[in-house]
Amino acid sequence: MTTVVARPPAPPPAVPTPTATERPQPKPARTGVLVGIAAISMSFAAFTSALVVRQGASPDWQHFRLPTILYFNTLLLVASSFTLETCRRRQPPGRPWLYLTLAFGLLFVLGQVLAWRNLAGQGLFLATSPSSAFFYIFTALHGLHLLGGVAGLLYALHRLNRAPGPAGAATLGAAALYWHFMAVLWLYLLALLALRI
Amino acid sequence: MGKLFAVVVAIIALVSAAIFALHIWWLPPDISAHGVRIDRQLSETMVSSGILFVLAQLALALFVWQASGTTRGIKTFPGGATPMVVLALVLVGAEILVLTFVGSKVWASIYQTPPDPNSLQIEVQAEQFAFYFRYAGADGKFGAMHPELMNDANENFFGLDPANDSTARDDIVVGSLTIPVNHPILLQLHAKDVNHAFYVPELRIQQDFVPGMVIPLHFTATKTGKYEIVCTQLCGLGHYNMRAYVEVLPQDQFDQWLKVKAAQQ
Amino acid sequence: MTSAVHHHAAPRGFLRTHVFSVDHKVIGRQYLDLALVAVVTGMVLSWLMRLHLAWPETPIPGLGKLSPNGAAGGVITPEYYLSLMTMHGTIMVFFVLTTAPFAGFGNYFLPIQIGAEDMAFPRINMMSFWVTLVAFLVLISAFFVSDGPALSGWTAYAPLSAVGKDAGPGQGTGQTLWAVSIALFCVAQLLGSLNFIVTTLDLRAKGMSLARMPLSTWAWFITAVIGLIAFAVLMPACILLLLDRLAGTSFFIPAGLVISDRLQPHSGGSPLLWQHLFWFFGHPEVYIAILPGFGIISHVLPAFARKPLLGPRVFIVCLIAIAFLSYTVWGHHMFLSGMNPFSATLFSVPTLIITIPATIVTLLWIGTVYGAKLRLATPALFCLGFISVFVSGGISGFFLAQPSIDTYLHGTYFVVGHFHFVMGVAAMFGIFAGIYFWFPKMFGRMMSETLGKWHFWLTFIGVYGVFMPMHFIGLAGNVRRYAAFTDDYLKPLVPVHKFMTIAALLTGAAQLIFLFNLIRSRIRGARATDNPWQATTLEWSTASPPPFDNFGGRPPVVARGPQEYGASGAAGGDGGSDDYVMQAAPDR
Repeated sequence: MTTVVARPPAPPPAVPTPTATERPQPKPARTGVLVGIAAISMSFAAFTSALVVRQGASPDWQHFRLPTILYFNTLLLVASSFTLETCRRRQPPGRPWLYLTLAFGLLFVLGQVLAWRNLAGQGLFLATSPSSAFFYIFTALHGLHLLGGVAGLLYALHRLNRAPGPAGAATLGAAALYWHFMAVLWLYLLALLALRI
Repeated sequence: MGKLFAVVVAIIALVSAAIFALHIWWLPPDISAHGVRIDRQLSETMVSSGILFVLAQLALALFVWQASGTTRGIKTFPGGATPMVVLALVLVGAEILVLTFVGSKVWASIYQTPPDPNSLQIEVQAEQFAFYFRYAGADGKFGAMHPELMNDANENFFGLDPANDSTARDDIVVGSLTIPVNHPILLQLHAKDVNHAFYVPELRIQQDFVPGMVIPLHFTATKTGKYEIVCTQLCGLGHYNMRAYVEVLPQDQFDQWLKVKAAQQ
Repeated sequence: MTSAVHHHAAPRGFLRTHVFSVDHKVIGRQYLDLALVAVVTGMVLSWLMRLHLAWPETPIPGLGKLSPNGAAGGVITPEYYLSLMTMHGTIMVFFVLTTAPFAGFGNYFLPIQIGAEDMAFPRINMMSFWVTLVAFLVLISAFFVSDGPALSGWTAYAPLSAVGKDAGPGQGTGQTLWAVSIALFCVAQLLGSLNFIVTTLDLRAKGMSLARMPLSTWAWFITAVIGLIAFAVLMPACILLLLDRLAGTSFFIPAGLVISDRLQPHSGGSPLLWQHLFWFFGHPEVYIAILPGFGIISHVLPAFARKPLLGPRVFIVCLIAIAFLSYTVWGHHMFLSGMNPFSATLFSVPTLIITIPATIVTLLWIGTVYGAKLRLATPALFCLGFISVFVSGGISGFFLAQPSIDTYLHGTYFVVGHFHFVMGVAAMFGIFAGIYFWFPKMFGRMMSETLGKWHFWLTFIGVYGVFMPMHFIGLAGNVRRYAAFTDDYLKPLVPVHKFMTIAALLTGAAQLIFLFNLIRSRIRGARATDNPWQATTLEWSTASPPPFDNFGGRPPVVARGPQEYGASGAAGGDGGSDDYVMQAAPDR
C-alpha cells in the first residue's frame, strides 16, 4: 500500500499563476498547526482558570520556590528556537542546526524531569498541595506537547530527506511554528508558576 | 401529504397550547411571600411565548398547506430575509428586554436581598439521603460543627460536641422543618457529603447545597400546612427518596412546639 | 489554487478499503455505523428507564439474567436506574448527537461539497474514528464491572463523581471508566475539528469561495470551531477529575466530607469549579449537537421546496453569532448552584439574546416554505418536522433562561422536556433528513418512500406524545432523575408517566421501520442515479456512490452559489428539468 511518504518524490504541483481573483497556495500543514495552537492554548487556559479558582478556594496553598534548573531549561528552549530558525534560513535547511534543536529540546525535557526530582526531594508530590499538583500538571503537559513537537521535527526531517524542495520546507515551517509556540507557551507557564506557586 | 402535515401541526400546537392555558397541570398554590412575583413572571412568559409558539407553528402549517400540490409559481417571501430579522429583533428583542428587566428584579428580591434581621435562623444539613434541621435553642447560638464527630448511628447529624461546647448543648436537632407562619425564615444550608438541593414547590424556593459552602436561603411562608421538601440535585441511589416535611404552624403553636423541643434536650 | 496537497492512490485489500481506511467516506460511514449502534443502545436504555418509572415493581422479562446485580429478578434497583440514566445521556450526547451529524455526515460530505479529494489529514482522520470507537468501548465496559456504571449523570458533578466508591455503587471503577472514555473522546473530537477546519480553509476547489459553500458545509465548519474550543476545556476537566479520583488531589473536593461514615482525606477543592469547567464545554456542546442539523435542514429543504433558503447570508451570520454567544451562557445551568446570584442575572442576558439568531433562522426556514413548490418526499417531511419540533424545544428555553422562573423549574421534567425536544428530537430529525437525503448518494440505491413516510408520521406524532407532557408535569413540580415517584405530590402524576412510557415504546417500535428500510434498501433498493433529487451541490455532480477520490481525478470548477433553484430557463445539470442549475455546471 503506497502512502504519501513511501512514494517516490512527486513533481511539484502545477501552480496556476496567481490572478487578482485567486488566493496564494494554501499550506494545510501550517493551518493545521495554527488550529492546534488554538486548541492547546484553550486547554492551558482552562488549567490556568482551575489554578486561579483553586488557589482562591482554600487557604491550603503551599507556596514553594521553583527549582532553579527551570530557568536553565528555559534558556535551552529559547535557544532551540534560534537554532531552528538558523536551520530554516539556510538553503537547503541546515541539518546540523536541526539536530542541535532536537538536542536542546530533549535536554529541556530531561531538565524538567530533574526539576521534578528536585521537588520530590523536598517532599513535594502531586497530591501534597494544590500548588505542587499544578506544577506537575503544567510541566508534564507542556513536556508531552513538546515531545510531540520533537516528533513533528523528526517527521519534517524525514520529508526533507525524501523530497527536498518547497514541500519539505513547508512541513519544516509548520513544525517550526509549533516549536516556537512551545517556547512561547513555556514562557507563559514559567511566568504563571513564578507568580502563583 | 403536505396538507396532512399542516393539519397535524396545527392540532398539536393548539392542543398543547390549550393544555398549558387551561392549567390542567400547573403549579401548586403559592404559600410564600415572594412567590406571587415568580408566578406573575411565569404567566407573562407563558402568554408571550405561547403566542409565539402558536403563531410559528400555524405559520409553518399554513405555508406548507399552500405550498403543497400547488401549480402556482415560486414566490419569495415579501421583503426577503429583512422582515424576519426585524421581526425577531423587535418581537423577541422586546420580549427579552421586558422579561430581563422585570425578572432580574424578581430574582434579586429573592436571592440578592439580605435577610430580615428578625429572621428565625435554622441550620439545614443535607446528607445521603436525608435532611436534618437545627434550631439554636435558648442561648440563641449554634454549636460548632465537627465533621469527624458526625455519626448517624448516634444521631449526631451535625457533628456537635456538647461535652466541650456549651453552645451546642441546647441545640435542637430534628428530622423535619417546623416554622411559624408569616415570620421570616433564614436557612443556612450545609452539605455533609455531596451536592444536594432544597426544593419546596409551594414555597417557590430552591437552592443547591454545596459541600464546603454554607449557603443562606430566606423566605416567609404565608399559609399554614404540611408540605414536602425534596432533593433536586442528584446525590446517589437514594436521591428519589430524600425528603423531609416542612410544617408551617401558627405562631403560638410554633412557640409551643419549640418550648416542648427545648425541654427535651 | 489546486488541492494538490496530497493524492492518495486507490486503496488495495479488504482491510485498507473497508476497515483501516483513510478515505473520508469510509470514515464517515464508520462514524454513522457507530452512531447507529450507540443510538440503539441509548434507546433501549431509555425504554428500560421509562418502563421502570411507569411500573416500578413489574419485572422486565430477561433483564434479571442480563443484569443480575442491577436488576435482580428483573426489577431495576434505584442505583441501576441512575446508571442506566447516566449511560443513556452520555451515549446519546457524545456518541450519537456529536458523532452522527458532525463526524458522520460531515466527514462524508464536507470534502465532496467543497470539491476536494479528501480531508486535509486523512491518517489523522482515521485515527479520530478509532479513538472514538475505543472511547465507546471503554464507556460500555462499565456495564460489565462488578459495581456497574457511574450513576452521577452525564454531567458527573463533583464531589459525587470525584470521591470514589464511598459515594455509592458505580462510583468506583464505573466512574473512572466514564472519565477515561470522555477524555479519549475529547482527543478524537479535537483531531476531527482540526481536519474539518483545515480542509474547509485550504482545500476548496477552484471557484468555491467561502460565500459559495453549501450551508451544510458552513454549519460543519462552524461546529468544528465550536468543538475545538469546547473539547479543549473538557479534557482538562476530565484530567483533573481523574487525578482527584486516582492520585489523591483535591481540585473538586472540599475538606470535611463525611461519606459512608468516613471522613474523606481530601481538602480545599471546589465543587463549583467542576461545574464551571463542565458547562463551559457543556453549553457549546449542545450547539455542536444542533448546528449540523441547522445546516442539513438549510441544505435539504431548498431541494424539496425548489427555491433557495431565504437569506442564506443572514443564516450564516446567525450561525456565527450563535457560536460566539454559546461561550457566554454556560452559567444558566448553574443559577441555583451556589454561585454568586448576581452572576445568574449576568448569564441570563446572553442566554436570552441567543434566542434572537435562533428565532431568525427559524423564521428563515418558515419563510422558505412560503411560496414554495413542495416535493414532499421523506427528507422534506423530516425538514418540516424539524422546524416544528425546534420551535417547540426552543420556546421552553425562554422559561429556563430566566433565573426567577428557573427557581421553580430547575431540576424538574420541564428541563428534561426542553432538552429532549431540541436534542433528542430536533437533532435526530436533522440526522434522519440527512440519511434519507444522502442515502442514495452514499449507497447508490433509493430508500423506500412508503416506509420512510410511515417512519416519519409515527415518529413525529410519537415524540410529541413522549416529550410534550414532560413540560406539563414539570410545571407541577415533578423532579427529574428520580428512580421512583414516592413523594405525596408526585403520585398523581404517575398516569402521565405511564402515557409517556407507552408513547416512548410505540415511537421506539416505529424506528424498526427505519432500520428495516435501511437494511432492505441497501440490498434491494432501486438503483439511484447521480442526482435523484435534482439538487445542485457538488455531491450530486459525481457518481452514486462517489469514486474513491470523489471526482474521478477531475476536480470540479465551481461557477455559482449552492442553491440555484427556481432558476427559470437554465439548463439542468443532467437535463432532467429546467428549474435548477448545478453548482459545477459550466457558466453560460
